[in-house]
Amino acid sequence: MAGDWSEEITHVAGTDLAIIKSGQGKPLLVLHEEMGHPGWLNWHAALARERTILIPIQPGFGKSPRVEAIRNVHELGLFYSWVLRDMNLAPVDVIGFSLGGWAAAEMAAANPRQFRKMVLVAPLGIKPPEGEIFDIFVVTQRTPLNLSIHDPKTTPEFALLYGGERTPEQYEAFEDARTETARIAWEPILHNRSLPYFLQGVSGLPTQIIWGREDALVPVSAAQAYQRALENTETRVTIFDDCGHRPEIEKSAEFVKLIKEFLA
Amino acid sequence: MHIMYFTERPYREVPEEEVIKNRSFFGVPNRFFDREVGSRLYNEYLDEAVYAEEMGFDGIMLNEHHGTPFCMGAVMNVEAAILARITKKVRIVLLGNPLPTLKNPLRMAEELAEIDLISKGRLVPGWVRGAGSEQIFNNANPAYNREYFNEAHDVVIAAWTRPGPFRWEGKHFTYRFVNPWVLPYQKPRPPIWIPGVISAETVVWCAQHRYPYIGLGTALQSTVELWNLYGDTAMREGYMAGPENFGYLQQIFVAETEEKAQELGKAALFGGGAANFSRPEWTLPPGYNSKEATRRLARQATDYGFLGLTSEKLKESRGDGQHGKDTRGRLRRGEVGIEEAKRKIYGTYQKAQDGLQIIIGTPKSVLPKLRLIMEVLHPGVFGLFQAMGPLTLDQRMTCTRLLGQEVLPAMREIAKELGIVDPFEREPGSRPYTAGTQRDSLVDLDALKRAPQRDESIRV
Repeated sequence: MAGDWSEEITHVAGTDLAIIKSGQGKPLLVLHEEMGHPGWLNWHAALARERTILIPIQPGFGKSPRVEAIRNVHELGLFYSWVLRDMNLAPVDVIGFSLGGWAAAEMAAANPRQFRKMVLVAPLGIKPPEGEIFDIFVVTQRTPLNLSIHDPKTTPEFALLYGGERTPEQYEAFEDARTETARIAWEPILHNRSLPYFLQGVSGLPTQIIWGREDALVPVSAAQAYQRALENTETRVTIFDDCGHRPEIEKSAEFVKLIKEFLA
Repeated sequence: MHIMYFTERPYREVPEEEVIKNRSFFGVPNRFFDREVGSRLYNEYLDEAVYAEEMGFDGIMLNEHHGTPFCMGAVMNVEAAILARITKKVRIVLLGNPLPTLKNPLRMAEELAEIDLISKGRLVPGWVRGAGSEQIFNNANPAYNREYFNEAHDVVIAAWTRPGPFRWEGKHFTYRFVNPWVLPYQKPRPPIWIPGVISAETVVWCAQHRYPYIGLGTALQSTVELWNLYGDTAMREGYMAGPENFGYLQQIFVAETEEKAQELGKAALFGGGAANFSRPEWTLPPGYNSKEATRRLARQATDYGFLGLTSEKLKESRGDGQHGKDTRGRLRRGEVGIEEAKRKIYGTYQKAQDGLQIIIGTPKSVLPKLRLIMEVLHPGVFGLFQAMGPLTLDQRMTCTRLLGQEVLPAMREIAKELGIVDPFEREPGSRPYTAGTQRDSLVDLDALKRAPQRDESIRV
């Protein structure tokens, strides 16, 4: 699938920003998770047939330099809003994964009109009513990766995440990702106590929440917390059984079908 | 030469298997803490410090760790305040207060000023970034570790030296009214020393501030490189570094006979020793290291010395091929028992001595080893680190007495012979460097050739 996408550095929102781009059609903004952009996977390719996929690499990750002014995920949302304005993208469809889902939720809370439709895949950001968000900062870097899927035997793409190999470059990339995530989300532990309140102000933004029932990183109970917070906008929740934190590769076909239907 | 007495003040009666089962001292559940034992040990440690003064030590060094039976000095300034009152001459050397974990550096400036006043100017404060586990215990964001360190340091120095009241509006700390009534006894401020394990960034920072750098039991080969880095930086800063800019801490245990020393000295390996200070994932939390240090770590297995950063653990933290193959990993999976884990730990005893990780013997037999270190490094400050583990008060006091009566006088003679001066004899950074000239040699590379190669996989 290499060659299907390109990565370009664009000067936007006051900084250089690496953006991965692929496909054709209406733009679809993808906000990646806290370990970084996991590489080009089947679901990307499937959606890129109908949509132009845009994946900004979060400042401080990969080739995007850190932006000191971004001190928390709310401000990361402000930054991405500026990116959308500079690129004349709003209103745009968005899919956010984990930390990227949290950032999308912050953006929706600030201004729901910048999105047309929003998909949140196992987002961080709200303290789950049952269970705890797994503390990714007190374990070795591959622990959250290994915990992120329910069953590696039925998830062939797990072996492909982040290039699949343990190279010094990947060690550094993970450390960059962990460092930036710690910098902006160390305390409270990977959530924003104010987010549920401000999400109540979201209206007119169809939202699809997706979770794996066996998610070991962000307990599935947070799905209900998100749904409650988004009570003033049309919100659907889909929970996959036998699935962990990565429905997009653990239930790839169902995931793609769901997204296509929702965004249609 | 300034010779300091140091003990970690460990909680010596924690069950060893609990430390090993927990895979580190940090995080051993506190249900194993007994208030009677804790109370007795704190008082013993204060008595030992007074005794060390009587036996001729020049300084008492304290340190601070949290959440661990490895060191009971959770609030070192409390002990320092008591020592300020119950000792007479010794310097009270704090190596160091973990600046990044403090939420209020202005209060730190006040605490230290009080101690300096009570002691009539005998305080030597020092600063550390804190081990990774200290960031976790105190919930200090490790990604801001260096920034917190730098700014907290600047707050303390400003509070001591800048006439108040003034406003402080930094990136991480804000004060409306900096005007501490209580200021240090020593003017313009107490001397500051900085301990370290290997961070080149810290060495450069020390040299820029003209603060003596105290190597905490680091391998001689890598310590030599750090000394030279300091010396080169000093040159660029316009001054000549010398022995007054350096210190070294050495773990040691002596007894009346070689046999007794060897038997008791094994206590240094209790629970895995400093190698078992913390687990890899707690040693290097995200952002604790600079980007450059992370790049180095990603590519090489370096011995990071003190506090348990062995090359083996680095590999484990990196999650590469070695993951889980060591005894700790096998223990975790139940493939080996506690007894085998202990055998593995104590099986390193001789190698640890061969590599000078710990020096054990009679006053007579330890001296050549101490001399070698002094020859290689010329440290103006020398800390003698009393062994860890389940040693009785009597055994520790005997060690302190033998050190004071027999080892210290000999070390002072050697220092004189080698021309080693300490930071009180010559102000660090006081000798200007003349551009174009050669700087003083700080280390003896010929002596280094005689030094044993350290087995990097073994830490005590």
